[in-house]
Amino acid sequence: MSDLRELYQEVIIDHSKRPRNFHVMPDAKQISVGHNPLCGDKMTVFLKVDDGRITDVSFDGTGCAISMASASLMTESLKGKSVAEAVQLFGMFHELVTSEPGQIKIAEALGKLAAFAGVCEFPIRVKCASLAWHTLRAALEGKQETTTE
Amino acid sequence: MIRSGDMELQNLPKGDDSVKDLLQTRDDFPALQQSLQGKPLVYLDNAATTQTPRSVIEAIKNFYECHKANVHRGVHQLSIRATKQYEQARSKVQRLLGAKDAHEIVFVRGATEGINLVANSYGLQHLQAGDEVLITEMEHHSNIVPWQMVCEKRGAKLKVAPMNEKGELLVEEYARLLNPKTRMVALAHISNALGTINPVAELTAMAHKQGAVVLIDGAQAVPHMAVDVLDLDCDFYVFSSHKAFGPTGIGALYGKGALLETMQPYQGGGDMISSVTFDKTTYNRLPYKFEAGTPNVAGAIGLGAAIDYLGAIGYDAIAAHEQRLLEYGTRALAAIDGLRIIGTAAAKASVISFVLEGVHPHDIGTIVDQEAIAIRAGHHCAQPTMQHFGVPATARASFAFYNSFEDIDRLVATIHKVQEVFA
Ligand SMILES: Cc1ncc(COP(=O)(O)O)c(C=O)c1O
Repeated sequence: MSDLRELYQEVIIDHSKRPRNFHVMPDAKQISVGHNPLCGDKMTVFLKVDDGRITDVSFDGTGCAISMASASLMTESLKGKSVAEAVQLFGMFHELVTSEPGQIKIAEALGKLAAFAGVCEFPIRVKCASLAWHTLRAALEGKQETTTE
Repeated sequence: MIRSGDMELQNLPKGDDSVKDLLQTRDDFPALQQSLQGKPLVYLDNAATTQTPRSVIEAIKNFYECHKANVHRGVHQLSIRATKQYEQARSKVQRLLGAKDAHEIVFVRGATEGINLVANSYGLQHLQAGDEVLITEMEHHSNIVPWQMVCEKRGAKLKVAPMNEKGELLVEEYARLLNPKTRMVALAHISNALGTINPVAELTAMAHKQGAVVLIDGAQAVPHMAVDVLDLDCDFYVFSSHKAFGPTGIGALYGKGALLETMQPYQGGGDMISSVTFDKTTYNRLPYKFEAGTPNVAGAIGLGAAIDYLGAIGYDAIAAHEQRLLEYGTRALAAIDGLRIIGTAAAKASVISFVLEGVHPHDIGTIVDQEAIAIRAGHHCAQPTMQHFGVPATARASFAFYNSFEDIDRLVATIHKVQEVFA
């Protein structure tokens, strides 16, 4: 079960059970819904951007532990970041979860998001980990819907 | 491995000698012999696809090594042999389904293509604005979407017969929805997500009283039970070979000869014609007018071998063993704290869908996979069924005759591990 503990790290289990920023934001400026057609999971990301900076972000929906924890940790790491920084962080996160196992380089800027390093050993779960981020990007681009396909 | 709460399970009858005989069948399946990360594979995803016995693999290999030729179009010996084997496979399907005549069997890619063929060749031709097509709430997407597509083209309406909280079709509601405008009824014989066995003979008779034509999706039935299309009196019946121990990419559509005769081909090409000029094409006779192009000859031969294999074991033995697996598995899983079985119909095939409190099915799937146990986690191509039960997805263990009580014990033990990870 050693691989499993790498995937389901404490911080991931914690955030999946008690997701942070897990609520509807009625006054959000940008809202996007993301689908993962593989499992039917659906997630909504709510965003407030002021002067190129993310002032508030939350999410709502259902999903597996990986997708819930990813969304929760994403919202925590985004607050106060500029849009450009958020996009950059998505790039780093994406690289992390899609690396060749064994050749993983963890960028310092990822912070707590480094907990998702184990995902690259489970290619089928990459979409779970990246659903929130795809949905965020759609919200930033003003798109109302997206999928992980 | 067995936990305290499961003690009673040890006392459950695990079967007699016939079970031992069936367990020997496992040796016939090369794929079941493997270990993953040092743990012997437990294959419990049979509703998605079944494994293939050696005799089927040999039949396909033999075709490619000795008889490969195109069918119905060569005068040379290989073509004659290939054609003979291909047509023998058709006769095997005919006998499997109890059809009157082999020309009522059309080879298709699988259940999905069979349904699309009927939706297009029968549905498009006969449906008019205001007509109705009736399906059930527990259909696989492949028995929903083709009907939506033809209804949209023709301005017909798709009606859905609901089910109860056990996942049983509400027969009175179904009766209420049937009316003279119902031109077509399409029903799953067995639900892939829930395991519910529908009373299709009764449902067919009710539909016929209103003048509707009935298609039965037998994708989940053929692997588990004897089917007799004459007893059912259905107009069309479809199934996929890969869910019944045969190869992928092949399946069959049964249609009543008189109906098939009236239908226009769904695809055009070689083999489906009897003569072609630029002014006019005359279609070939049944079933060839529905088999445009070079068919999946190896697939058909493999399916024929799978039917022989099933015949040698016999559906009585299969059904008896699988019902014991279902009963044992249901008790063992239901005894787990926080586990809820989705689909508890009185008449059920050996499929157990479930959800676990606080754990998403995907996480269950990944964790049990680490123990070399293959189950399905997801919506099972039956999103409306999931919506009925208010869940986005379920985990599903589905059994075949080669599964054992020990397979279930390993699943149960691993679900306890899942709970530890999320404790
Ligand atoms: C009830 C049912 N119908 C239809 C299908 C479609 O079968 P295929 O994908 O082989 O065409 C399936 C397969 O998942 C099924 O379970």
